[in-house]
Amino acid sequence: MTLANSPEQSVSSAELPDGSDQSIESFVRSHTGWMLSLAKRILRDDSDAEDAVQTAFANIFKNLQAFDGRSTAKTWMHRIVVNQALMTLRKRRPQSEEEIDELLPVFDANGCRIEDDWANPETPEGLLQRTQTRSHVARLIDALPDSHRIVLILRDIEELSTADVAEQLNITEANVKVRLHRARAALKKLLEPLMRGDAL
Amino acid sequence: MITRRKKVMRRIHGAMFKLPLMITCEAFEDFILAYLDGELKGKQKFIFEMHLGVCRECRDYLRAYKSSMELTKATLTNSENALPETVPEDLVQAVLAARGQV
Repeated sequence: MTLANSPEQSVSSAELPDGSDQSIESFVRSHTGWMLSLAKRILRDDSDAEDAVQTAFANIFKNLQAFDGRSTAKTWMHRIVVNQALMTLRKRRPQSEEEIDELLPVFDANGCRIEDDWANPETPEGLLQRTQTRSHVARLIDALPDSHRIVLILRDIEELSTADVAEQLNITEANVKVRLHRARAALKKLLEPLMRGDAL
Repeated sequence: MITRRKKVMRRIHGAMFKLPLMITCEAFEDFILAYLDGELKGKQKFIFEMHLGVCRECRDYLRAYKSSMELTKATLTNSENALPETVPEDLVQAVLAARGQV
């Protein structure tokens, strides 16, 4: 499994703190950055993300002795942060799940796609050279319902496997695939004005 | 607005997609994820790519779908959403202070 946005792609169990104050402080300073980024991506709120990281660290320290080394320490810690962020997310008021339907592809009675012509679409490379593009895209990603946005983040950004995402969200692998495709399709629709050169 | 030419083309496509080894755009949609994950093999891959070859709408759609994925990845891995430049000191201190209290 590859984990995004981490300076260390893996943490060996030897790098886990040995219990001394110095090793614990060093451990916290080394890992707070990527853990906070991950929590922010899921929660979209700085304060909630900091709370999630703090609780995740507490859970890591509490379960340090029980870490069995069957996965890398980084994978184990990543899972704890995701679980904590998801717990926070579940406490929020659920969003309507219907709003994504109108963003999905449309077909006629013969099963043929109804798609506007793409004359000269802008390339991702060209769009990313503009300073406003990333903040615009980030706002549109945030517009997706959480149930779909989280699957997109865990699969396409954090690069977890379908099986790992299914386990963490407690849904089937088939459901992960359906949500991922619907999230990508909806996002493509939301990004169309930008990619067609009609936005920014 | 749907032009008359597009309506005619869709009717032709609709008839064509009923031929052996052809699928509709709606069926094509169901295989996009597996295709991009490299999970389509043999006949399934052949049928998917044959549709891609004859259907401009699905070619354009898939290109935009992939561009959208690229923009998403670039946005969330190279922005303020990525690693913060500095780790918040108050958070580090809060974590250290709370150690062992759960």
